Amino acid sequence: MVRPAHRRPGQSRKAQYSLFVAYVIAVTGAVAGLLLAVLSVVDPVGFAQLRVASQEITAPIARASRSAIGSISGIDDTVGAYVAAGTQNRRLRKELADTRRELVATSSLQEENRQLKALLKLQETDKTALANGYLLTSTSTSSKRIALLSIGRNLGVAAGQPVRGADGLIGRVLGSGPSVSQVLLLTDVDNIVPVRRARDGLPALAYGRGNGDLDIRTLNIANNPFKPGDILVTSGTGGLYPPNIPVAIVVRRQDDGALARPLADPGKVDAVSVLRPYTPDNIEAQGLPGPAQAPAPAGAP
Amino acid sequence: MNQKGPRLGEPASLWRMRIVPVASVMFASALPLMLPLIANSPVLPPLGLLFFLCWQLLRTEMWPVWIGLPLGLWDDLFSGAPIGTAAGLWTIASIAIHYSSQRIYWRGFLHDWAIAALLIAIIQSLAALIIHPHADTGRVLGLIVPQIIVSALLVPLFMRLTGTFDNFRLKRR
Repeated sequence: MVRPAHRRPGQSRKAQYSLFVAYVIAVTGAVAGLLLAVLSVVDPVGFAQLRVASQEITAPIARASRSAIGSISGIDDTVGAYVAAGTQNRRLRKELADTRRELVATSSLQEENRQLKALLKLQETDKTALANGYLLTSTSTSSKRIALLSIGRNLGVAAGQPVRGADGLIGRVLGSGPSVSQVLLLTDVDNIVPVRRARDGLPALAYGRGNGDLDIRTLNIANNPFKPGDILVTSGTGGLYPPNIPVAIVVRRQDDGALARPLADPGKVDAVSVLRPYTPDNIEAQGLPGPAQAPAPAGAP
Repeated sequence: MNQKGPRLGEPASLWRMRIVPVASVMFASALPLMLPLIANSPVLPPLGLLFFLCWQLLRTEMWPVWIGLPLGLWDDLFSGAPIGTAAGLWTIASIAIHYSSQRIYWRGFLHDWAIAALLIAIIQSLAALIIHPHADTGRVLGLIVPQIIVSALLVPLFMRLTGTFDNFRLKRR
């Protein structure tokens, strides 16, 4: 392709000026844009409404395509599963045998636990869902992991509410529009969840890796107590996620903690529930006896 | 006179000439949020950016150099990056393409491919660093390396698609 000639607009003053102005607009615009980007990193909710509004436009198409095709989920997972099929099969068999043994041991404990809880009349109020919806679509071209939820302010969804699937935690609501809302997934690099080991309550933090896995780091660095197969649940520390929602299972140990895989894969989960944020107001409101009992979400374990 | 056939020497529709490139980039930017795909990692190539670069490489003089501002802003609304990221980076890419078209006298297919791949790698890396300013740099860049490789390999395909759109754009009535 030959070099275009327009850079030398000849003697025409008008052509020279318009080219110059185009460059001035471009350079100032680029600088302003990058400044704006840095600002909206500092203040991430400032532009959220604009973005949600634009995604209201594509949401009807996403709904239609979802109902037509179903959910295309986990392309990366599928490819990875083929590559690692043999070792995975061997590992899964071993795990299955171990789990069977543990299941027998746990079932008696579970029964005992149920009886004790009934005795104490403990209400599992923290599992009441505010609303239920579907994950429609997600950002798939950038390193930000945001999914679009099919319900919004029309059903009371607001920023900061935790979102869970039947198997475990999905993420939290980042912003809500009239009929859709954005969910920051658990695996986003900027999402940090306080967790504890289900077995003994060892506190830790779960950091998203951005590729579908989580980094688990303990609060004391001295030793690395994690074993593959450890189940992590939310601890309720920090006041956003209610306690005892399953989060992840440890896959392998690392130098500074462990690598874990979320129990609920947002790509495969069907329905999700939006929960009330775990703040003192909500805890007190839910603790009150009376007819405030809402039915538990369909898939709650 | 035959009303249905094109008249001799009649130029293509002005509206179609202007709208087709802009619409193709805007649609490609919004497309990922119309698919029922819940991704665990950046699995799709940046479709809007690919079309944007291909149009610029194919028809450098078609757009003014500031066209990256509105188109980038539109892409920011859908990509999940903070508003202004693509608006800034795409405009810089546009300036880079204009500059390279002045410097390289006979720009061939391989030049176009190399320029597009390089710009995609730079833009996606900088965008990822802007999105996650506090995260570990190496890890953030590691996230998008597969996406950059796939995008670079897809450039010829998108060049072809852009060429098809260009033929449609300039088709006589």
